[in-house]
Amino acid sequence: MPISINEMMMREIIMDHYTHPRNRREGDASYKTIYMDSDSCIDKIYVQAKIENGILVDVCFHGVGCAISIASTSIMTELLKGKTISEAENIIKNYLAMIHEEPYDADVLDEAIVFMNTSKQAARIKCATIGFNGMEKLLKGDK
Amino acid sequence: MVDFNELRKDFPMLNGKIMQKHPLVYFDNAATSLKPYQVINAEMDYYCNYCANEHRGDYDIAHRVDVEYENVRNKVAKFINCESREVVFTSGASMSLNMVAHGYALQNLTADDEILITDAEHASNVLPWFKVAETIHCKIGYIDLDREGRVTIENLKKALNPHVKIVALAQVTNVLGYSIDIKEFAKIIHQNGAIFVVDGAQSVPHMKVDVKDADIDFLAFSGHKMCGPTGIGVLYGKYDLLDKMDPLMTGGGMNTRFDTCGYIGYQYPPLKFEAGTQNIAGVIGLGAAIDYLEKIGMDNIEKREKELKEYAISKLSKLDNIIVYNATSESGIIAFNVKDVFAQDTATLLNSYGVAVRSGNHCAKILNEFLKTDATVRASLYFYNTFEEIDAFVEACKKGGDFLDAYFN
Repeated sequence: MPISINEMMMREIIMDHYTHPRNRREGDASYKTIYMDSDSCIDKIYVQAKIENGILVDVCFHGVGCAISIASTSIMTELLKGKTISEAENIIKNYLAMIHEEPYDADVLDEAIVFMNTSKQAARIKCATIGFNGMEKLLKGDK
Repeated sequence: MVDFNELRKDFPMLNGKIMQKHPLVYFDNAATSLKPYQVINAEMDYYCNYCANEHRGDYDIAHRVDVEYENVRNKVAKFINCESREVVFTSGASMSLNMVAHGYALQNLTADDEILITDAEHASNVLPWFKVAETIHCKIGYIDLDREGRVTIENLKKALNPHVKIVALAQVTNVLGYSIDIKEFAKIIHQNGAIFVVDGAQSVPHMKVDVKDADIDFLAFSGHKMCGPTGIGVLYGKYDLLDKMDPLMTGGGMNTRFDTCGYIGYQYPPLKFEAGTQNIAGVIGLGAAIDYLEKIGMDNIEKREKELKEYAISKLSKLDNIIVYNATSESGIIAFNVKDVFAQDTATLLNSYGVAVRSGNHCAKILNEFLKTDATVRASLYFYNTFEEIDAFVEACKKGGDFLDAYFN
């Protein structure tokens, strides 16, 4: 991800993942599943991962949500696929730090940095983190 | 002639409040209303000048609390036209409805009975009845909505049968804002031998409600949706029904005497239902809110909101990117979506223009099966909103397709 990414590119990436979400499908029984919803918003998303020998060999999701929740979860699935559990945890940690305006390592986030402005719309932080929070829970449960 | 722009000066939230660099346009009044200084000051006056408990003290300021507290009960009674002893203070409409479900329905219904509701009710007028049905195995029946989403007399008649003992309906529904003629409904429901429980959360703040004239059996409403404080509400019940009702809570202030052998003497209604120290500041604030609304006049409030709503609908209907779901509803509630945009994204875009609306299923989760959409945006008006605010809202709606602007501008 080039450092010079501009606003127009960020918008395009979000819209692309919203209108054409990657890995939006239902995994079979071999996947671990976490259901994420909230009483204060209307996103309802299932996050799924297939983990073999400490590696996330596949990551997918399904459900309904706003542009921010769908696009961020879609980007997350691409980002985490093929990573080890500890690599995934590091990515999640840095992503959440970015969202909450704390120091973070942009290098590990790749496309996910398009959500760096989420704090402008504080009510949507839960949308931009629904997939990442779900995956964090899922991985914790797998330990 | 009421000068509504002048009234805005009474509301601190309407004087210079900025949201996302724009003057706040508050269109979430169906969730809660803003509060005028008159209400805020009345609560502060209680805390600053006569802070004591009610129904207990033997000293002057405690006596004053009793007088002011009961005075508000009298005000509520006059406001909805009932006797003071028929006014129970609660924490809000949800608690009021739960009290009827648990205190009346649970005690007086059997497995053979039926409670009628609709798909358009708020969770507060659904889940308490589900709880009753779960406990005594009675039936929950549904009055069909018509194609627009209204509850009609014809469909009420179709749903009524000899088993129906309670009909519980919102006078104005919270997502689509359609209203029913509670007087006409009460007549038919009583002919069937049932009682009529009215959820007035979305009606009492906006129009004159006369419980005696309408002959309804219970009415539940909240103070915070009518310029009053949060945490205070009312349950009206016909006195003979309140008398048959069990108190949900027992404790201090609601008994006359008791001994450890099990003898208990309860107070008569309404005190029977007010166990523990009450939300005294809330009651005082509610009294100030009623004074405030009555000074404007409920008929003027209703008329003003109709004008605002009609203006908003006429402007929105000229936009081809907007779907309005309830153009013909009587209240100030507008349920809509921007075409091809998820409701929450629309709400976020409007936030970026300083406009407060609510996206979601608004607690009426089952209604979405009827509306055939995952979610809607709800803009809800009150008398202090202006035509200029509607213009700003409509301009923001025009940009609905560019909802990511919210994050980048």
